[in-house]
Amino acid sequence: MAKKLIIEHLNAWFGNVQALKDINLDIEENGVTAVIGPSGCGKTTFVRCLNRIHEVVDNAKVNGSVLLDGENIYSNMMDPVLVRRRIGMVFQKPNPFPAMSIFENVAAGIRLNGSKKKNEIADRVEKSIKMAALWDEVKDKLYKSATALSGGQQQRLCIARTIAIEPEVILMDEPASALDPISTARIEELIQQIKERYTIVIVTHNMQQAARVSDYTGFFLLGELIEFNKTSDIFTNPKDKKTEDYITGRFG
Amino acid sequence: MGNRIGDRIIKFASLLFASVILVLVAGIVYELIKGSGRSLAKFGWGFLITSTWDPVNKVFGALPFIFGTIVSSIIALIIALPLSIGIAIFLSELAPKKVRIYVSLMIEMLAAVPSIIYGLWGLFVMTPFLQTRIEPLLGKHLGFIPLFQGPPLGVGMLAGGLILSIMIIPTIASITRDIFNTIPTLYKEAGFAIGMTRWEVISKIVFPQARSGMIGAVMLGFGRALGETMAITMVIGNAPVISASLFSPAYTMSSVIANEFTEATSKLYISSLIELALLLFIISMLFNAIAKLLIKRGRFTQ
Amino acid sequence: MNSFSYLKRRILNKFMLFLSYGSAAFGVVILFLILSYIIIKGASSINLDFFIKLPKPTGETGGGIANAIVGSFIVVGTASLIAIPVGVMSGIYLAEFGKNKFAFLIRYFADVMNGIPSIVTGIVAYVFVVVPMHGFSALAGGIALSIMMIPIITRTSEELIKMVPDTIREAGLALGIPQWKVILFIVLRTASTGIVTGIMLAVARVGGETAPLLFTAFNNSFMSFRLDQPISTMTVLIYNYASSPYPDWNAIAWGSAFVLIIIVLVVNILSKMFTNTKYSL
Repeated sequence: MAKKLIIEHLNAWFGNVQALKDINLDIEENGVTAVIGPSGCGKTTFVRCLNRIHEVVDNAKVNGSVLLDGENIYSNMMDPVLVRRRIGMVFQKPNPFPAMSIFENVAAGIRLNGSKKKNEIADRVEKSIKMAALWDEVKDKLYKSATALSGGQQQRLCIARTIAIEPEVILMDEPASALDPISTARIEELIQQIKERYTIVIVTHNMQQAARVSDYTGFFLLGELIEFNKTSDIFTNPKDKKTEDYITGRFG
Repeated sequence: MGNRIGDRIIKFASLLFASVILVLVAGIVYELIKGSGRSLAKFGWGFLITSTWDPVNKVFGALPFIFGTIVSSIIALIIALPLSIGIAIFLSELAPKKVRIYVSLMIEMLAAVPSIIYGLWGLFVMTPFLQTRIEPLLGKHLGFIPLFQGPPLGVGMLAGGLILSIMIIPTIASITRDIFNTIPTLYKEAGFAIGMTRWEVISKIVFPQARSGMIGAVMLGFGRALGETMAITMVIGNAPVISASLFSPAYTMSSVIANEFTEATSKLYISSLIELALLLFIISMLFNAIAKLLIKRGRFTQ
Repeated sequence: MNSFSYLKRRILNKFMLFLSYGSAAFGVVILFLILSYIIIKGASSINLDFFIKLPKPTGETGGGIANAIVGSFIVVGTASLIAIPVGVMSGIYLAEFGKNKFAFLIRYFADVMNGIPSIVTGIVAYVFVVVPMHGFSALAGGIALSIMMIPIITRTSEELIKMVPDTIREAGLALGIPQWKVILFIVLRTASTGIVTGIMLAVARVGGETAPLLFTAFNNSFMSFRLDQPISTMTVLIYNYASSPYPDWNAIAWGSAFVLIIIVLVVNILSKMFTNTKYSL
């Protein structure tokens, strides 16, 4: 398989606090890569650096490089807005745009690209919501407020919103941590269904989830990447003592 | 047992002081209505639409003052609104923390500057500048529009609107900033994540969410502008004229009270001025009440 | 990706953000413009005489504003003496006993009072005090300003007393301290820094008011310490001297504006520092 993202010497700071220390890691195309580690280990910061949303926060700094198909997204030539259209993101808390309807939530990203025909937008919205396995639940209330949906539905709507802009990579920052077990299972199922079309990087604090959904797993601790390997290897045969301690539940 | 009495005393005493507020407001309303009685009886609704203000012949109509008050406040709003929103965006979305603290402080200082100082500066610095530079320029290039016709006097409607706009910018900007700040980052990040530019995040996510609060901020600013006295009295020219030109002098309700109340000789004259005060009171109260409601509702809560 | 439409979006983005930076710059520049004029024009007319002499009659140069400085302090002092007890006590009532309809009404009326245009306050004080006393007086000026101060102090006190956590009240009550002592000696004391700051800000705010004094405190060319007589204040003096045709008097107006703005800004900045250090601890 090809390498979709190559991360080299990535460092990130909040003010004077270093959140990531010299991360080097390759992400395979059309695979699911899980990022695990105890809270505060930098895993969320890591994925936020991959679509340059880290720098939206006041005081945040990054250096190092992230190559997307060989192109450094941190080069001066790259526009973060365009990077984010190629690398979509689903957040920890479901965050549909509160002032928009379900339809508008998904259409918002499509419309940014300039004037499009109405039915073309409607088609893409429908396709995206279907792909997010939400269509049957919302098809009768597309023009109702998105905030009326349940948490799990909202999160799938956010996935539909991300899919709608046709990204190449989807970053997921603990997408199920705010959801109940049934909704969690549906999100995991969904990841399995869409992974052939996208490269997925998922942050999770739930090791079973990492084991269930991912092909590769990276273990982060205190801002450092301790170990990165095939998921099956990490969970059966960790090379680092700290990884072993973590997955066997000795800390974290 | 003494302590139970102590508890009662403090409750009763604090209640008593709080009642002072009630009595004061009731007293204010009563006195304003009573004071306007003579004018209300004589002129009725006609007071509002008569444009003659003639103390010698004892004919009093408030129209030029209502016109001056409302138009100067609208001009102020037209100038202040975009600037205030710009400042609010800068403070809540763009400025690095260190810059933000200092700029916030300066905008707050702008709010703390007394009205009389705005008036002094307006009279001696701003109006000469308008008279010699801005108004001739506007007249030359835009003179075909009635708004910019007439001799450049410096003092007048334009000067009044400008000085009011500077005075209401801090009000509108700081409330709008506060409302922007209540909108959670996660919604803004969702916008960035689907490839919105910063302006798109602001205009498509922040604005719709903050709308009712922003309208409230505008109304509060407008209410302030309507009731403002000293600064505008010093720069608006104080002539009861209704003119389409921004260069023309005008007169506001508050200004005519400030200028003529101590000189008002007849009872009807005084009563007419008090009726103007009553009008101002009612208008300000309305704007404040609606504004407070909108601002309260406009804070992001989920 | 439609690159032309993206170019448009990017230009719009840059343009709007530029306008936002521009607005902030405008606000800052205006403040500096006003302050620099007041400082340059004001400082040049200030000397020792300015603070200790009385105004000279028309045509004579020199003189000072001693009477107006004293007058402003007397009027604002009178206002504070009335407004601080009423405001703080009302704040206590609203915060500690304020879960009823009557308190709701008080809060609403305090907001109404806060929104009264200052010129209307002047008229009201005129009717309340000047008419019954048959003349302008420092007392009338003080009452006019107190009408503006009361709602500010009430609402700040209420908010600050409410910010005192209930655990502190309960801790006091659990020690067997009666409620009134808990309120006066524990809660009020905890909130006192904030309340004092709020009072300082209210004083600075009404100290800069002119409109309510025009037909209450009125004016006086001489030194007066009496509450029942008209009195000169800095703000009214600025107004009268600024509107006069004599450059000497205009200069005195600038000088007084300088003194006034220094006081107002110092109080504001001090109170900011006061609250900042308090909350950052």
